[in-house]
Amino acid sequence: MTRLSASIHGWLLLLPALALLALFTHFPAVATLIDSFYSTPRGARGSVYVGLDNYLTMVEDPVFWTSLVNSIWFALGTIPISIALAILMALWVNDRIAGRTLVRMAYFTPTILPMIAVANIWLFFYTPQYGLLEQVLGTLGVPSHNWLGSPSTALTCVIVVAIWKEAGFFMIFYLAALQQIAPHLAEAAALEGASRWTFFRRVQFPLLMPTTLFVLVNAVIGAFRTVDHVIVMTRGGPDNATSLLLFHLYQVGFSFWDTGYAAAITAVLLAILATLAFGQYFFLERRVHYR
Amino acid sequence: MNGPMRVDPYEPRGVARVVESAGAALLALFWVLPLLYALWTAFHPAEYSTRFTPDAPLTLENFSRAWAAAPFARYFLNSFLLVTLVLACQFVLCTLAAYAFARYEFPGRELAFLLVLVQLMIMPDVLIVENYRTMSRLGVLDSIPAIALPYVASAFGVFLLRQTFKTVPRELDDAARVEGANALQVLMRVYVPLARPVYIAYGLVSVSYHWNNFLWPLIVTNSVESRPLTVGLQVFSSGDQGIDWSVICAATLMTSAPLLLAFLLFQRQFVQSFMRAGIR
Amino acid sequence: MRRRTFIRGSAAVAGGLVAAPAIAQGKTEVPFFYPVAVGGPITKIIDGYAADFEKENPGITVKPIYAGTYQETIVKALTAHKSGAPPVTSVLLSTDMFTLIDEDAIVPFDDLAKGAGDAAWIKSFYPAFMFNSQTGGKTWGIPFQRSTIVLYWNKELFKEAGLDPEKPPANWDEQVAMATKLTKRDASGNATQWGMQVPSSGFPYWLFQAFTTQNGVELMNQAGDTTYYDKPEVVAALQYWVDLSRKHKVHPPGIVEWGTTPKDFFERKTAMMWTTTGNLTNVRKNAKFDFGVAMLPAGKRRGTPTGGGNFYVFKKSTPQQREAALKFIRWITSPERAAQWGIDTGYVATRPDAWQTPAMKTYVQGFPAAAVARDQLPYAVAELSTHENQRVTKALNDGLQAALTGAKTPEQAMKDSQAEAARILRPYKK
Repeated sequence: MTRLSASIHGWLLLLPALALLALFTHFPAVATLIDSFYSTPRGARGSVYVGLDNYLTMVEDPVFWTSLVNSIWFALGTIPISIALAILMALWVNDRIAGRTLVRMAYFTPTILPMIAVANIWLFFYTPQYGLLEQVLGTLGVPSHNWLGSPSTALTCVIVVAIWKEAGFFMIFYLAALQQIAPHLAEAAALEGASRWTFFRRVQFPLLMPTTLFVLVNAVIGAFRTVDHVIVMTRGGPDNATSLLLFHLYQVGFSFWDTGYAAAITAVLLAILATLAFGQYFFLERRVHYR
Repeated sequence: MNGPMRVDPYEPRGVARVVESAGAALLALFWVLPLLYALWTAFHPAEYSTRFTPDAPLTLENFSRAWAAAPFARYFLNSFLLVTLVLACQFVLCTLAAYAFARYEFPGRELAFLLVLVQLMIMPDVLIVENYRTMSRLGVLDSIPAIALPYVASAFGVFLLRQTFKTVPRELDDAARVEGANALQVLMRVYVPLARPVYIAYGLVSVSYHWNNFLWPLIVTNSVESRPLTVGLQVFSSGDQGIDWSVICAATLMTSAPLLLAFLLFQRQFVQSFMRAGIR
Repeated sequence: MRRRTFIRGSAAVAGGLVAAPAIAQGKTEVPFFYPVAVGGPITKIIDGYAADFEKENPGITVKPIYAGTYQETIVKALTAHKSGAPPVTSVLLSTDMFTLIDEDAIVPFDDLAKGAGDAAWIKSFYPAFMFNSQTGGKTWGIPFQRSTIVLYWNKELFKEAGLDPEKPPANWDEQVAMATKLTKRDASGNATQWGMQVPSSGFPYWLFQAFTTQNGVELMNQAGDTTYYDKPEVVAALQYWVDLSRKHKVHPPGIVEWGTTPKDFFERKTAMMWTTTGNLTNVRKNAKFDFGVAMLPAGKRRGTPTGGGNFYVFKKSTPQQREAALKFIRWITSPERAAQWGIDTGYVATRPDAWQTPAMKTYVQGFPAAAVARDQLPYAVAELSTHENQRVTKALNDGLQAALTGAKTPEQAMKDSQAEAARILRPYKK
């Protein structure tokens, strides 16, 4: 095969996928960026170039900052815990524990249930007085609390739902990776008298690093993409305590109809995701050895 | 499974096993709680949706009410068509692209790969407004292909398959070529069969994602003929009337049942193929 | 800006393509967005109306499209208006009027309704419903499915508390006094039953507007470019709401979820609740006890905002389509149909003569609670609606939730909300 024909073949194979990506990812992303420098057209008034005006609006918008901070807390709350739980679940299910098929099935169910419906069920769990959480805590003598209706607990409640939804999904990846670790490593470690914890920390965890990188990228994206349950459970309230960046974007774009400003928020969101992705890549690449 | 079973020295035994099993079971219980609640509430009258007494009467009325509230049969069909369409296109497009990335040397390959990876971060979910405009210009609004199109070229799929194809030994490739197979035939005869577990694993992830996807289908569809199940489900999300958990739960069970059953029946094969896929 | 021109151009082409086949068949097609999720009893009623109308008007095809919630419907209608073919007519929130005008998406009915009796028809609706349908001397919306807030009370719990089960609170003081008697606590001081509940999630401004109206103050002007969030009477109204939970402790603390409030009522966790008349059918079906429906208690006066949806006609349509849409709207809002619609759905029939129809009279006789909303209409005011409506109401919502959760004092919260609203509305001040 000549170099030229290899090039042609290669590009031909790529063409369908790249064409669709260009149409539905690259073009709209660039268009959004351009739009962020134009004002929102309103009726007869067309869209005009306004430079950085939309970005200045953003700097002055307190809800934007609240949402940004909430998103960061949401990410910090969901990502480490759901990954840690996923690893724990994978380790458990990997061992020959009692009823492991059922347990594995249980961990995976949230992935299958649609968020739009499940969020309503969680709403019941959090309902004051007769909600499940209250019924359980009430028997333990804990005073009643309005979980979703208090700014101090609402975001945590939303985080718990997100962890519940995602951990089982990540578990599958870890489970697959654990099964690939050669059994002789465990035997060797045992011969040297390493404890279970040492074995995990020194052998299993480093070998799981590529999976962790992969899961981490997914978790970060997920943290900035999850919005269904916020729409159903709190609509960003109380007083923006659960307003995440994508939810704010949805409101600005589809309730306020401020497309110029929405484009600016999208641009910032994309910049954050890009920074995180590159950061993860360069930071972790040094610590991960791909085979 | 692979090879004779070895004894894992770190396998918990005795008390440790009991403790670990109990911990795992407790977490599992917590994890299925919403599903258990859905089962309880769907099969009991509305006044028992917040009271868990063993003598509560059983009923199927919630299901008939949920069934009557929306043309779920049609939505089932739509969701099924949607998922099939997405999956079929993803398999074809991602396979071709992954093959190019894994086995072809050509100028601009790294750049092209980066351009693909961009979609891992810039999910179609964020670009709803622009994509709606595009669909309008293409004249495909309110159709199942319109729901599918932005997702068909999947960076995730390309990435996974590329990793897998790279592990295929060159010798197999060369051997097939010596026998006179052309590039596509090699792909079909050598690479695709070896990557079967990856296809199964990726397929399930994709199916569960698109079976559950909500925001984009909601915006891009208008009619019963194109709406998927999730959009049908929103009939029950809170409106003027407040939340009716009984019907929500019945509808949730009805709409998730196919996936739950499929997972229940095939979970062995599924988990194993995931393991063999070596996704990392 | 070539790209935008291109979009407009293609939209026009697309619009042309949609219209063409309809003209070819000599039929006028009227796509009609209706805010309900597909399926369910309401779609059957609407489908029935469309079919009946077509039978009487063979030249017109009304095509109902069920677009989801109000929010989703306006998202669809406006997205389509910007980059495709919008509906010819749609039912949308009455408060969306300024948004639709600012987007140049709709035409006033005064320009369409020039036939005999059209002016009288516009005047035939309750004035309370027209407040949100008119601005700048023009009528932009026609009331269709409208509601108000009413008080539901549990007669059994009233009896248990030693109150007259047939006598709901008539004013603010009575409301607090009765709610105090109706609040029950267990040994450790946790409330097991609240006296009353006013939901505050999602759109607290709507319920708050009842408090402010009762306190004799308006929240905005008719031009929709000024709000009065920081007036002392507004702050006092908020103080009353906050005090219900903080001072009197007869109302749950924090934010009360709208969606679970009816369930709280059915579960006897609250003895009284404020919610929409649209819940009447639901409560009637699910309350396992004797309940009553009353006008909201009076402060300085009685008061409630109206709510719900109006018919609008979109600009991007042919004259024939607009004419056909007007015909359909006149047909569907006739007294008989307005009455039947109210009976079937629990919405308030929008015109006085609808309440004089035999069907409605029989219905009210059997279920007097249905007439409470009508009797409250003389005290009703327009729902909060301004330019940049969603943003301006969100400024108020955030302030209300901050005060209700104790993050800010009512005074501070309303000051902040007013400052934010004034900033948003600055470009609209002439």
